[in-house]
Amino acid sequence: MNTLIAIIGLGILCLLFEIFDARKAIIPIVVIGLLAVLGLDINEYNASPNFYYNNMIVVSKFSSAFSGLFIILTIFLVSLGHKFYENHQTKISDFIAIKIFLLAGAVAMVSFGNLAMFFLGIEVLSIALYVLASSNRLSIKSNEAGLKYFLMGSFASGILLFGICLIYGAMGTFDITEISELSRSAELPIWFPIGIVLIFIGMLFKIAAVPFHFWAPDVYEGSPALTTALMSTLAKVVAIATLYKLVTTMNADISPAFQLVIVIVSIASMTVGNIMALRQINVKRMLAFSGISHAGFMLMTLLSTTKSSGTLLYYTSAYALAGIAAFTVILYVCKTKENEDVTNFHGLGKNNPLMAAILTASLLSMAGIPIFGGFFAKLFLFTQTIQAGFIALVIIAVINSIISVGYYFKLILAMYTKEPNEAKIPTPTIYYAIAVISIVLNIALGLFPSFVLDLL
Amino acid sequence: MNVSLLLIILLVGAFATYFAGDKLASKVALLFSLVALGVSIALLNSYNAGENISFFKFWVNKPAISYSLTADGLSLIMLLLTSALTPLIIYSSFGTEFKNAKSLYALILFMSFAMTGTFLASDGLLYYIFWELSLIPIYFIALIWGNGDTEERKKAVVKFFIYTLAGSLFMLIAFVYLYQKAGSFLIKDLYNVELSRMEQFWIFWAFFLAYAIKIPIIPFHTWQAKVYQKAPAVGTMLLSGIMLKMGLYSVIRWQIPITPIASKTYLPILIGLGIAGVIYGSIVALRQKDLKKLLAYSSLAHVGLIAAGCYTLNIDGLRGAVLQMISHGFVVVGLFFAAEIIYRRFDTRVIAEMGGIRSQAPKFASLFMILVLASVALPTTFNFVGEFTVLYSLYQINVWFAVLGGTTIILGAYYMLKMYQHVMLGETNTKVFADVTFHEGFVFVIIIAVIFIFGMYPKPINELITPALDQILRTLNKIQ
Repeated sequence: MNTLIAIIGLGILCLLFEIFDARKAIIPIVVIGLLAVLGLDINEYNASPNFYYNNMIVVSKFSSAFSGLFIILTIFLVSLGHKFYENHQTKISDFIAIKIFLLAGAVAMVSFGNLAMFFLGIEVLSIALYVLASSNRLSIKSNEAGLKYFLMGSFASGILLFGICLIYGAMGTFDITEISELSRSAELPIWFPIGIVLIFIGMLFKIAAVPFHFWAPDVYEGSPALTTALMSTLAKVVAIATLYKLVTTMNADISPAFQLVIVIVSIASMTVGNIMALRQINVKRMLAFSGISHAGFMLMTLLSTTKSSGTLLYYTSAYALAGIAAFTVILYVCKTKENEDVTNFHGLGKNNPLMAAILTASLLSMAGIPIFGGFFAKLFLFTQTIQAGFIALVIIAVINSIISVGYYFKLILAMYTKEPNEAKIPTPTIYYAIAVISIVLNIALGLFPSFVLDLL
Repeated sequence: MNVSLLLIILLVGAFATYFAGDKLASKVALLFSLVALGVSIALLNSYNAGENISFFKFWVNKPAISYSLTADGLSLIMLLLTSALTPLIIYSSFGTEFKNAKSLYALILFMSFAMTGTFLASDGLLYYIFWELSLIPIYFIALIWGNGDTEERKKAVVKFFIYTLAGSLFMLIAFVYLYQKAGSFLIKDLYNVELSRMEQFWIFWAFFLAYAIKIPIIPFHTWQAKVYQKAPAVGTMLLSGIMLKMGLYSVIRWQIPITPIASKTYLPILIGLGIAGVIYGSIVALRQKDLKKLLAYSSLAHVGLIAAGCYTLNIDGLRGAVLQMISHGFVVVGLFFAAEIIYRRFDTRVIAEMGGIRSQAPKFASLFMILVLASVALPTTFNFVGEFTVLYSLYQINVWFAVLGGTTIILGAYYMLKMYQHVMLGETNTKVFADVTFHEGFVFVIIIAVIFIFGMYPKPINELITPALDQILRTLNKIQ
């Protein structure tokens, strides 16, 4: 709870910076503030569980562990903003404040104890994202991305809200522990499963799982690169964590029919995502499709809910850290470019070997090659899914991992086998620092998996 | 002292090489690889003295993964092969200038590190990690420092990577499934796990996919010739000299003992595939116009025979296979080095453009001749010992296997001598061919010394590997 309050306070502080015209100091102060918030969060993790305001907010190990991940990701994203918004100095406090409020929404989304709180959280997050998507106001593509995301997103919010209403109608409460207890009773009104399905659909939209993925490539491509980084790392992780919490807490045992739906959505997501990614020449679009396929992988955790929260935390951390590293390099390479086509990456291995190595490492992590975190994420996921008895799903997932190598390597090949098209551009130190830190964290995850795995 | 020291040296060496800069890289790499060789010999001594050189530490609690390295005779001999060939390969490249040499040599040492780990790991998952890790350096070595047209090379190397990765991911599923059954990834638990026939068959084929692609066994060999041709000489040597042996070693260490019933059931099919590789590789080698490709197909033929030896499941077959792995490792490195020397002088790999080298470079011609003869298993060479033992074991299974497998010697002699004739003899070539330099001659002399010493006196190797192989056969025959 303190974490959430502190984050909102920090966001308001950001807005005040504009009034006092202290924009230069904003990013260092926010990063320090976020580190302090991380400290608070660790405190709360140790003191959990705690209940606030009639169970509106429940701070559990699950919520505080995931909040910690969100805060770390936000620190990276905010620091990247320093260079990215160089040309928008006057607006910088707005951009940063929106990101902090987005983080507040994210934390609310994993620590809700009441569906009303959940909906508030998701709206805070989504509206912040709509704004960020269209934040490059002079670019027609960014406007398109924002509008598209807004229209599709509000549609999904509507479905979500409808689902919440149906559940309220069936159970007479918004409180998820009460809903969970009531759902154990033998006679459930038909509204309840329908409500669950509607919420599920709304969340599938947010994580961009097939068949609710159509917005993702366009929005990813059109948004400013830093927003894309945020969507594909933070927003995706938040959505999948929330979905996991919703499914596991509200619905005590998952029926075989529901499991079948998850299996189908998961297979469809990874297959469609991977096959479409093979054909992309825009790196942001490619990562959008890769994100869709990763959503399919993450959905597999819902099949063995009893002890898979640690695996989900691990998978999302490895995926998001690799994503941050990859996007840092993309931001660096495409800073002065019109678009994010693969051709821009030609010869990066010669021009800037360190950045090329980092991008290679993060792509290898996403492809699931040892010793990176991504490999262990997939390993733990597969182990658990086989334990739950879905060996066929694991085999399909493995085949998908092989397909994914195809497009990840397209980028690696472009960096190492093509001649550079222009002279070396200088790299801001902050990009180096963030890329190195995030990839080192990713490798550390791979070397010491127990550290994250045993948090939950 | 335990085996993890060796891994640490190689890993530190890889980083040190990278930071030493382009000028010093090759020397630093050589130094570290020689230290590694020294350590492995010291480890062999401690092992012979009965000391415990294994290492065990818990790594991940759930699922239980441990950092467990065990060295028995079989691991040690592979270890020695790796650490003896690595300095040779590095030294052999001293005559060539590489762009960005620090990365190349760092990758070579890193690959040596990963392969050493593969031979040592006694935890299924640790083994898998090392197995996969060895793939990344060779991918970059072949991709960046390779030769020929970039597009074609890219295609060949990516095919190789995806092929191998695909195979090993199925092995990963097999390991995860086994973990399910045994509750542990440790090899001794995996040996004891009770599997139904059906489960064994599935696991057997999952392993087979990974190993057959790596070795390669027909029909999974399609990546090989192109990659050998396109990779730089050091890459080809690493691939053919050591990396192939990872697959063969894994068959003996992991596949056969874990799935004994399936291995016995499929024995004729597997030996048949191995021998098909012998005949196919030899016939295709006859028709090759590119020297490196010819050597690649000859390697396919030899490896086919080794694989057949592994799958005979008797002590002679396994022993012969291991001996042949070692000898093939040295000979193939020597042959590819000879091809590289010709390339350095003539700037070509096409056999038709060579010829008349002998009259200009008599020393090179005789060294090359010895390697050719060793490759066709002339008695007193190391290859003869291995090949003969494998053929003897095939004879115990079925006389026809031995007859067909024996064609390797006849066909091998035919294509190798024909190649020698076209490359070295004939009219004097207009181009100048300088004789071997000291560096080059030194590499050849070492390789030839190993081939003859162990060819005439293979007893120390036999004594080292036999207990380990007996142990594996006991595991194999325990569960009927």
